[in-house]
Amino acid sequence: MYALLEKYQTVQKAHVRKWHKVGRVEDFPVNAGACVKINDQQIAVFHFARKGKWYATQNLCPHKFEMVLSRGMIGDQQGLAKLACPLHKKTFSLESGENLNGDLPPIATFPVKVSEGFVYIGMGH
Amino acid sequence: MKNVVVVGNGMVGYKFCEKFMERNLREEYKLIVFGEEMRPAYDRIHLSTYFDGKTADDLVLADSDWYTDNGIDLRCGVMVSSVDQDKKTIITHQGEEFAYDYLILATGSAAFVPPIQGVNKQGVFVYRTIEDLESIESYAARLKKLGRSQAVVLGGGLLGLEAAKALKDLDFEVHVIEMASRLMCRQLDDEGALLLKDQIEELGIEVHLNKMTAEISGENEISKLFFKDGSHLAADILLISAGIRPRDEIAQNCNIETGPRGGIVVNRQMQTSDPSIYAIGEVALYNDMIYGLAAPGYLMAEVALQHITGEAAEMVDQVDMSTKLKLMGVDVASFGDMFGEYQNHRKITYLNRHEGVYKRLNVSSDGTRLLGGMLVGDASEYNMLHQYVANSLPLPENPEVLILPASGDSMEGPSVSDLPDTAVICACENVSKGAIVSEIMERGASSFGEVCNCTKASTGCGGCKPMVKDLVDETLTKMGVVVKNNICEHFPYERHELHDLIKVKGYKDFDEILDGEGHGDGCEICKPALASLFATIYNETANRQEVIQDTNDRFLANIQRNGSYSVVPRVPGGEITPEKLIVIGEVARKYNLYTKITGGQRIDLFGARLEDLPPIWEELIAAGFESGHAYGKSLRTVKSCVGSTWCRYGMDESVSFAIEMENRYKGIRSPHKLKGGVSGCIRECAEARCKDFGVIATESGWNLYVCGNGGANPRHAVLLAEGIDNKTCIQYLDRFLMFYLKTAQPLQRTAAWLEKLEGGIEYLKQVVIDDCLGICQELEDQLQYMVSTYQCEWKQAVETPSIRKRFSHFVNSGEGDEHMEFVKMRDQKMPRPWIK
Repeated sequence: MYALLEKYQTVQKAHVRKWHKVGRVEDFPVNAGACVKINDQQIAVFHFARKGKWYATQNLCPHKFEMVLSRGMIGDQQGLAKLACPLHKKTFSLESGENLNGDLPPIATFPVKVSEGFVYIGMGH
Repeated sequence: MKNVVVVGNGMVGYKFCEKFMERNLREEYKLIVFGEEMRPAYDRIHLSTYFDGKTADDLVLADSDWYTDNGIDLRCGVMVSSVDQDKKTIITHQGEEFAYDYLILATGSAAFVPPIQGVNKQGVFVYRTIEDLESIESYAARLKKLGRSQAVVLGGGLLGLEAAKALKDLDFEVHVIEMASRLMCRQLDDEGALLLKDQIEELGIEVHLNKMTAEISGENEISKLFFKDGSHLAADILLISAGIRPRDEIAQNCNIETGPRGGIVVNRQMQTSDPSIYAIGEVALYNDMIYGLAAPGYLMAEVALQHITGEAAEMVDQVDMSTKLKLMGVDVASFGDMFGEYQNHRKITYLNRHEGVYKRLNVSSDGTRLLGGMLVGDASEYNMLHQYVANSLPLPENPEVLILPASGDSMEGPSVSDLPDTAVICACENVSKGAIVSEIMERGASSFGEVCNCTKASTGCGGCKPMVKDLVDETLTKMGVVVKNNICEHFPYERHELHDLIKVKGYKDFDEILDGEGHGDGCEICKPALASLFATIYNETANRQEVIQDTNDRFLANIQRNGSYSVVPRVPGGEITPEKLIVIGEVARKYNLYTKITGGQRIDLFGARLEDLPPIWEELIAAGFESGHAYGKSLRTVKSCVGSTWCRYGMDESVSFAIEMENRYKGIRSPHKLKGGVSGCIRECAEARCKDFGVIATESGWNLYVCGNGGANPRHAVLLAEGIDNKTCIQYLDRFLMFYLKTAQPLQRTAAWLEKLEGGIEYLKQVVIDDCLGICQELEDQLQYMVSTYQCEWKQAVETPSIRKRFSHFVNSGEGDEHMEFVKMRDQKMPRPWIK
């Protein structure tokens, strides 16, 4: 199922070609996640209000390949923002996508910007 | 720059690389490693977990990037065919030549295949590498399709028994053939092996002892085994695990001394007869012995590396062959001089055939020292006994107390604090007590995890975990650090302390208490734990602080393995009208849900899409249903039999009482799930004693039992009160439940809670019945508050637009998750299998 995983590649802010508008700030839960659709991709968006930050990652869990990450809980490990998958509590850094409690491949992360009350996700196309 | 060439990339070869990397030697030495297998070194000890779903990648010790990052030149899939000792080069099977200053032979061993006629037939395998396992798996799958399922394992040693278990799990009928008169003849004596055999046979595996195989017959594929005693056995697949042979071909082909029965002879520095060539691991013949365990191999790697870098190093005289493992669910351990072969000894044994436990100690003839021994069925004393041997600790006057089952007033064994600093706690990584203590005292490690990270203790087989944990706790306590079970890194408090803080300081939500009493941003452990406490204290539903709820509580449904949800309406006491049954059926049909009757006497509807949950519940609620809280750490069901209403043996109305209890305690959030049961007579059809609380009707009233559970560690509930009426029963239950809710650890079920409760059931009786703490009125009031403020959280959800909004898969689209797929199974649906 590598094709499915391959579909999600981290985008650095410097490499953003297009910012996709995905909703209003108030459409997203505070200190939790929700999922948006961009073309044929599912992206999990997290409004981490306690840190004053927004994060976006793939919605696909790299362990069992289900579209569930946006429903996981967020928090921090020694200050590092993290996400816990709702299926088996695998945790991932929201900054780098790295699996913090195992050897799973990292999840893809995407830049987020908020402007005039709207949320935008940066993608390569 | 000097060249170090390692031939062999198994566990010991890898350990050599790891130690090389830790010493930071890449400036002075270039390390080139040749591995014959296609993948980097993997964990051969846990090879059998491959059949439990671990993949080859899971077993790999370090991926090839690790080697590259550390400047190690790893070449997999390359065989080294010869050594030119004069030129100091090795030649690969592709003809390439590499120069070495030091050559390390870590070629390991291969499975020994006895020269039996027909051994080359299809369907005959050895059990040694991941490739072997892959071939076994695919051959087994083919056999299953043909409906053939007769498997034979040749060899009743450790590996053979593991192979037997793997085949049993693949649904084969398994026979184990052993030449000797007992199983595991290197680790166990006759008594121990007999006990193990009994337990293995109970699992449905047949063991044949004293049997020599004469011929493997079959046309191309194996079909039968003939034995020297004239008997025979049908076999569709044969796994051979008849011992190992050192892979010493390289040495055989040049001028390096080997032993008469194989193995490369080494001295105390692990040097072979050619001083610039070393041998380590299962290929090395040290003191005329081959050592087929990881720990001695690791030690050899350390000695060889130290010698190369000019440090003084020597292999120990007496190699410790102690092991502890779990075999088909049976603990087996042996330590020190297990058979008492090397010194005069006196034997102390404990044999309990009923429980399946055998323990043997070999005590020195003056009775002061432990020389060795073995344990079957219960190896919980292994670590301590091993320490007695390894450190020559003086034995207590009656050494038998060390292996006798604990009775109320039995004496305790020595604690870790009695061990000398030199005591090796972790044999795999050779970590001493002194190293662990100084990691804590001098370098400031303050938790079990930190100590393991820094010292590597407990990172091998993990057998020493309890001991390392005790040592960490004891050392911290000695330093004046109070060891507490804080819920996580964000709060320096235990759950019951947080409960009191919320009550005393009046915290109303998670952010408030995190800012007031904790630090950081919380995590998946403290958030649900506090959600449960807020529910206990304010009886708020999971809807008020949705983002600190675990995923199931946030969406008020159980997430299933494909991200769909299950729906379970409450059916109090399991009593349901035909009208309501019809509604459930209609809803299931309309939303295409899989239906199944649960163990708790209700109906589970699976495969609901997130966005369908609110309309499904709207229809259920309209028909009079309520949330069943099957998704929460909360009251699930109170199971009942039909009782005196229908049953001719019933002593009381169990259904009515179950309904009353279920309605009373529904919606209560607790540290873990809660289940109840009510049986109308002692025949106990409701299985009330497997529940967190259960009552059984007798002629003189109800008997009330608490703190039982089914699950992974089944426990029977224990009697709290007998012969009581309905009102008293509810009163005691209110007090008991509230006391548990306030004092348990997160995710601690009632049975585990009672086990940790000082004073046990007698103390619980004093609190709940005699009110020794004077808190019963308070407990009853708090529980009554929850009963009178109960709300159905699903009703709340469907009636509140802002909550309903939560139940859509996408924020920016009304579509559902297109990735979710179902396939047909029997007459219903199921999630498509997980992608591998």
